[in-house]
Amino acid sequence: MRVFVRPQRAGRLLATGIPILVAALLVPSGTAFAGLLGPDVGASPNAASIRQLYYIIFALACLLFFGVAGLLVYMLVKFRARKGAVAEQIHGNNRLEVGWTVGAALLLVVISVVTLIKLPGIYNPPNSSAAGLPLTDANVLTSTGAREKLPPNRRALAIEVTGQLYAWRFTYEDGDGNNLNNVYAYEQMVVPTNTTVLLRIKSLDVAHSWWIPELGGKHDAVPGYTNFTWMKVTKPGTYLGQCAELCGRNHASMTARVRAIPPDEYQAWYNGQKERIREADRLAAAERKAQAGQQTAAATQQ
Amino acid sequence: MATEQIAAPLPRIAPVPEIVAHDVRPEQRGWISWLTTTDHKRIGIMYLVASFGFFIVGGIEALLIRLQLAQADNTLLSPQVFNALFTMHGSTMVFLFMMPLAAGLGNYLIPLMIGARDMAFPRLNALSFWLFIAGGTVFYGSLLFSPPECGWTCYAPMSETAFSPTNGVDAWIFLIHLTGIGSAIGAINFIVTVANMRAPGMGWGRLPLFVWTMLTIAVLLAISLPVVATGVTLLLTDRHFGTHFYDPSNGGSPILFQHLFWFFGHPEVYILVLPAFGIISEVLPVFARKPIFGYKAIAASTLAIAFIGSLVWAHHMFATPSPYFVLMFFMLGSYLVAVPTGVKIFNWVFTLWRGSIEFRVPLLFAAGFLVSFLNGGITGIFVATFPVDWQLHDTYFVVAHFHYVLVGGALMGFFAGIYYWFPKFTGRMLSEGLGKISFWLMLVGIWVTFLIQHSAGLSGMPRRIYEYPDINNLELYNLISTIGSFILALGILVTIVNIMRSLRAGTVAGPDPWKANTLEWFTQSPPPVNNFDVIPRVRSVEPMKDIRREIERQSREREPVGVGARADA
Repeated sequence: MRVFVRPQRAGRLLATGIPILVAALLVPSGTAFAGLLGPDVGASPNAASIRQLYYIIFALACLLFFGVAGLLVYMLVKFRARKGAVAEQIHGNNRLEVGWTVGAALLLVVISVVTLIKLPGIYNPPNSSAAGLPLTDANVLTSTGAREKLPPNRRALAIEVTGQLYAWRFTYEDGDGNNLNNVYAYEQMVVPTNTTVLLRIKSLDVAHSWWIPELGGKHDAVPGYTNFTWMKVTKPGTYLGQCAELCGRNHASMTARVRAIPPDEYQAWYNGQKERIREADRLAAAERKAQAGQQTAAATQQ
Repeated sequence: MATEQIAAPLPRIAPVPEIVAHDVRPEQRGWISWLTTTDHKRIGIMYLVASFGFFIVGGIEALLIRLQLAQADNTLLSPQVFNALFTMHGSTMVFLFMMPLAAGLGNYLIPLMIGARDMAFPRLNALSFWLFIAGGTVFYGSLLFSPPECGWTCYAPMSETAFSPTNGVDAWIFLIHLTGIGSAIGAINFIVTVANMRAPGMGWGRLPLFVWTMLTIAVLLAISLPVVATGVTLLLTDRHFGTHFYDPSNGGSPILFQHLFWFFGHPEVYILVLPAFGIISEVLPVFARKPIFGYKAIAASTLAIAFIGSLVWAHHMFATPSPYFVLMFFMLGSYLVAVPTGVKIFNWVFTLWRGSIEFRVPLLFAAGFLVSFLNGGITGIFVATFPVDWQLHDTYFVVAHFHYVLVGGALMGFFAGIYYWFPKFTGRMLSEGLGKISFWLMLVGIWVTFLIQHSAGLSGMPRRIYEYPDINNLELYNLISTIGSFILALGILVTIVNIMRSLRAGTVAGPDPWKANTLEWFTQSPPPVNNFDVIPRVRSVEPMKDIRREIERQSREREPVGVGARADA
């Protein structure tokens, strides 16, 4: 009888100890060790939902791991060879077989259901908040692909993300049908906070993968295809990421930054960029005119 | 009777040959005999030795990778060398270590376990082996010019000539072709051998579980290898013969390559880990001194894993532009694999239940397999959930996940097998003491190396990067991982020393040192060329147990007349 006491006590210790241990390890979230057990606190609803889903699966996984590993250790200790011990010649047990088959299936049903509940918040973009960038009729989007999801009010900021060896280019779509005068940037994407931003992800050369961990998951940039995702940054700040699909020797240096700023600052930045493009266009037009004038002058001289 | 005949004086008449044999070649000796052999045991040994050689090379590559990553912004290796190293490491471990190691064990053990005298096609068997050597030679030959830098997946269009102009990718393609043809031939050989050459009485319900898994692997290989062969052949024609299968600017599709690769690549994961499943299913009952728990459930779950596992390949592609339906299908399909895997794990654990467990080295490795593979299986649920995988995919979390499956799982299983069957292969025992040291070093090494890699991935570190900035404690995590990898390497080194020592000075094993269950222990160690002089009739899954019981019964029955018998002698 005494043999049974010890494992039971050990089991009780595990049952109380593990949740405490897990909780203790969860405390430093938000600090430098935020990524120790799970993804860092996201700054976009999709990243936040993924994190919640991750931790639900993590909790079930801990139970499963410590349960089965504990059972294994118990078996190894309890049934180690001793003098006079004779192994029982058991060939199996159909009830147990059915039991763990159904048990495993049930666990997966639970995970599937949780995933299906969490999925819309990750997959479907929400509307922009009132505190976000005021989106006018110019921001009403039409879906550019069968797989592109739009927010319910169809209003969002659309940015084309183009991967190329070894940089990311961001082109701000303005809906005027002319993409030569669009604001663009390399390396750093500037976005307004609280505003739904749709990303249309493309590649110019090989496959890349767009990933800013705190703003949602990875989406590959595959040449010949357009991939879609969205983000809605809730906190101003700079979020780091990098290409996550091997693309060549400098894959490691293909980094990206998203700088989220309040909508009014964003509008000022955007207008400034737009003005600079207009100014550059004007200068270029003047230059072309001057060159054309020189050419006609040269032609008349001949 | 037999002894009387031999003892009788030979008639002094010169024998008249009835058949005059011209051109009888003398039996080959020395290294020539190894080059020309068609004996499944010798081919098996060559597979094991060659694959272990590649394992050491791949392991050194892994250590170099870990050294480069031990510090943030390290400049030990250039990005070119780093990319070549992880390409060589991955391809070596998959195509030149684990697959041929499984082929070696299968070659050596399948005929012995089913009571056959050789494989069905001994010459094809030799061809399989030499194709594997050719593949390895071509691949490592690329070191002389320009090794591939495309990763073991070698995704197009990065592997097209426009982006990988050197011939390294071609060497990789020929590695897949040559080892692939070798494995496909070997697979057919395994299937035919198991289907036709089983001992009398060995129905499908009495096939050893290791043979079940090897048979399943053979079927998986036969299904999946032609697909990857097609995939890389199209890449070859793209590179050199002007086709555009993977070139989007000419109507090709880079996603096509990924589908063709992973249609093979995912079953491949099961091809790598199933031999370990088989080994564990043999080792656990022997050292727990009781029958395997749920023989039919384990055999059936092997088949179920293979079937479902062949239908979930696109879970490697959750981040690609894929329709919602496809993501759902491959997520739920991947969940399904967990059911037969769970069934297996519970059956293994319950094999220990009410046993009398002897803690010999094979049992230790089997237990190490169980706990490490359990972890690798559970992290599989995370990456099978596609929204979660969007965060984890192509990060060190995934690296940790599949190393738990392939190092904590497959490698631990293989080591259990090596310690278990070494006496059969060589006739000598491996040292228990060194084996235990090796086991603990490896177990600690695996957990220290790979557990923390989950955290590195969760902290934002993608895989296949040669340098990283020290943010989110990445440097600390990577340093821990590097230290672990050297502990693991030390553990493996101890086993290599153990093998070298035992080959010369190991205790002589005898035919059945473990009191095991299957037929390979019926013959001498190492077995003679013809394996068995007499093939016993098989009456259960554990024929050796039956034979031992029968011998005990007979000797008990003879006991009353024992005195008289001795007087006769």
